[in-house]
Amino acid sequence: MKDKMGTTGLIFNEPLLWEKGSPGRKGLSLPRRDVDETPLDAALVGDGPDFPDLSELDVVRHFTKLSQWNFGVDSGMYPLGSCTMKYNPKTNERQASIPGFAGAHPLLPESLSQGALELMYDLQGYLGEITGLPAVSVQPAAGSHGELTGMLIFAAYHKNKGKPRTKVLIPDTAHGTNPASAALCGFTSVGVKSGPDGVLLPESVAELMDEDTAGIMITNPNTLGLFEDNIRQVADIVHQKGGLVYGDGANMNAVMGIVNIGDIGVDVLHLNLHKTFSTPHGGGGPGAGPVCVTPELEPFLPVPRVVKDGDIYRLDEDYPLSVGKVHAFYGNFGILLRAYSYILSVGTYFKEVSQYAVLNANYIKERLKGTYHLPYDRPCMHECVFTDKHQQEHHVATLDIAKRLMDHGFHPPTIYFPLVVSGAIMIEPTESESKETLDQFIDAMKQIAQEAVDCPDCLHESPQFPKVRRLDETAAARNPCLKG
Amino acid sequence: MRYLPHTKEDIQEMLQVVGAADLDALFSSIPDECRRKEAMNLPDPITEWELNGHMDCMAASMGAPPFYKVFMGAGSYHHYIPEITRQLLLRSEFFTAYTPYQPEISQGTLQTIYEYQTLVTRLLGMDVANASMYDGASGLAEALLMTIRATRRKKVAVSRVVHPLYRQVVKTYFAPTGFEVVELPVGTDGRTDLSGLADLGELAGVALQSPNFFGCIEDLEAAGKAIHTDKKTLFVVGFSEPLAYGLLKSPGACGADIACGEGQSFGIPQSFGGPGLGMFAAKQKYVRTMPGRLIGKTTDRDGKTGFVLTLATREQHIRREKATSNICSNQGLCATAATMYMAAVGGTGIRELSRLNRDRAEYLKASLAKAGHTSPFSAPTFNEFVVRFPDGFADTWQALLEKKIVAGLHLAPYYPEMSDCWLMCVTETISKNTIDSLVKEVVK
Repeated sequence: MKDKMGTTGLIFNEPLLWEKGSPGRKGLSLPRRDVDETPLDAALVGDGPDFPDLSELDVVRHFTKLSQWNFGVDSGMYPLGSCTMKYNPKTNERQASIPGFAGAHPLLPESLSQGALELMYDLQGYLGEITGLPAVSVQPAAGSHGELTGMLIFAAYHKNKGKPRTKVLIPDTAHGTNPASAALCGFTSVGVKSGPDGVLLPESVAELMDEDTAGIMITNPNTLGLFEDNIRQVADIVHQKGGLVYGDGANMNAVMGIVNIGDIGVDVLHLNLHKTFSTPHGGGGPGAGPVCVTPELEPFLPVPRVVKDGDIYRLDEDYPLSVGKVHAFYGNFGILLRAYSYILSVGTYFKEVSQYAVLNANYIKERLKGTYHLPYDRPCMHECVFTDKHQQEHHVATLDIAKRLMDHGFHPPTIYFPLVVSGAIMIEPTESESKETLDQFIDAMKQIAQEAVDCPDCLHESPQFPKVRRLDETAAARNPCLKG
Repeated sequence: MRYLPHTKEDIQEMLQVVGAADLDALFSSIPDECRRKEAMNLPDPITEWELNGHMDCMAASMGAPPFYKVFMGAGSYHHYIPEITRQLLLRSEFFTAYTPYQPEISQGTLQTIYEYQTLVTRLLGMDVANASMYDGASGLAEALLMTIRATRRKKVAVSRVVHPLYRQVVKTYFAPTGFEVVELPVGTDGRTDLSGLADLGELAGVALQSPNFFGCIEDLEAAGKAIHTDKKTLFVVGFSEPLAYGLLKSPGACGADIACGEGQSFGIPQSFGGPGLGMFAAKQKYVRTMPGRLIGKTTDRDGKTGFVLTLATREQHIRREKATSNICSNQGLCATAATMYMAAVGGTGIRELSRLNRDRAEYLKASLAKAGHTSPFSAPTFNEFVVRFPDGFADTWQALLEKKIVAGLHLAPYYPEMSDCWLMCVTETISKNTIDSLVKEVVK
């Protein structure tokens, strides 16, 4: 295709909800009143919220128009590094909307919730098998919630040993949520610098690991898309001092069937079902962040646990060492259900999922490495990280490249992350993309690099095609306007 | 496998470009000692049609509407969800997008969440609302941690009639922190007893829930005054049934500093307890100590109005361990559903719907009282209430279950001293006829 994929088209302006409608309209079918009104103490009664009154069609058009201003995975390639924007199968939505599941009350007696309990039990088993960490809780509602649960387990484990610890080691390539999760559990985070090849060095960990340190949080593959090849030595060092190893499984999509996470010394791992297991990202959640642990740490998992007695599934609260509950009920069941559907659909093909995700990333890396600066030129996992070093010579920055990609019909990669690389462009294509789509993306990136030489201002002025152009984020933060 | 587009030819061509002999060679950077030796033990993939059959079969075992009539609330409510909400949410531009880091191509999500923030502040009578938390329980825990940040005090008080499962989550969040959570007792009227507040020392925050777990409407105005006797203490109002605020005086109007709760009632399927929606709002002066993401209004280069993520300096990717919370992605699509629901029901509609919920619940309450089964509490209630059966109710409950009626929640596991009490809930989805059929069995 010679033309850019992005083009202009007719999209609509649309006011805010409360600038529309007229008092007395309704967009919802209200049940008939079949009982008398009952009085209520006037001191308790309010005026009711000032919501606009809209007709059903008003609401439909409003949100249809708004949706057209968005870009999703269904719109095109969304190579947002570290977020694993793979295809979200339509059938999963069908399964989540079956009335028996969608309408189920969480406090139904066990005899009336066997299907949901069986689903969670089997999902725990599959996630245990994929990670090699057999004890699983599906309760955490998001990746960061899984991290928090992991840190609660760290704290509970050391407390149970009789010696609470105060610090956690966190490499500079970690996700930003890692230090925040550790801090919520009262730990001080201690930074560990990665080595010149972008991976952790055992000696850096040995220097910092002591008997007041609860353990280490490692993202593997790390946020540079590299496999932490010293992981076993690092784990041994941490274990020798009585610490635990936390694995941030955000990047699990690279190593399914390739690495058994339990075997490489990781004690606790969280998974992001909205990344590796295809559940929709929803414009920012809901996700799910199950936690997988070694048999030794099983007693500390959140309650209730989903267990099986003979042919009956039930909820078990009887774990005195448990960290407790992290969610009002059992977690984001609707998301667990979608991940379960995905696992049954993919089945024995999970190794291929990882192989093709890694193949796609390496293909992009090889084909773009002459055009963009590659700070770590070694085989990558499921994502590759470039920088804007070559384009900076023409006063074109990562931000300009990202914005120009929109005009080409692509969602930009993750930018300026990881922090250890200046001007980072972090590309994660996922296994969902075909070779043709990757070739189109590569062509677009090359055209942009050429434009950086020929017409830097064309890039500074991009994007041209979306509904709005670059927005003033400084003004938004200086004088926050957070409601209308 | 239909989700994988790679043909043999594609793979060969790509491997050649990469310079790897085969797919295994792509993983050469992984030391042999880290390689998985045995294959994963996973089932053979099933077809879309087999999956449909399997899932339908599993779901058939669930005691859910429309096959069952469920008189159970307790933090998860069966309300009608308009078809437009279900279908509009399936606009894949909404549900297959992620956090709007690139605002130029995310204005749909951004304007929707800005509208969500606005409608939530109007519902709760507060100044600012965030883009959502995981659920009502974690929202409450984060609110209490926020009161500690805001006041630099070390102790919070939580009413014993806040949802028991929310209190358990608060306990989990507080366990490793060294901060203290004390419990406020319940009065004989079913409302929180605040008479001992002055003896508790310096409190960072005091949390009540209204309607509370027993369905009782707290006297928030009086509570706010009592709590603010200590000017530094923050008044936190929780809720599990936001629909109540279509009728009741808002937390903000009663002096709340933070209002937070579960938003599932607004267009989100119960789905066995999640995903729900943690609604979270506060007074303006606390905006920078709030957890969670915020959307703000701004302009683009041509002066056109647009929306962006803002005040990110509170967040973990910038402040790392000094962030106000570790929460980043939240429940965006659930917040979107709630926005669509609030738009569809409207100001006039929410008032009517709220009243109908209360009036139908009152009808059941009065019918049971007529049969001699009264509530132990005198405080007014919204759409759920406690009823006492001194002679036991388990057999009748079981008999009703045979008729596919789930007649409320037994309170014994949550309040051991109330072993003869059940919590009953009636929403607009339960008609007078269905209520009558429950009552008929009870008076037998």
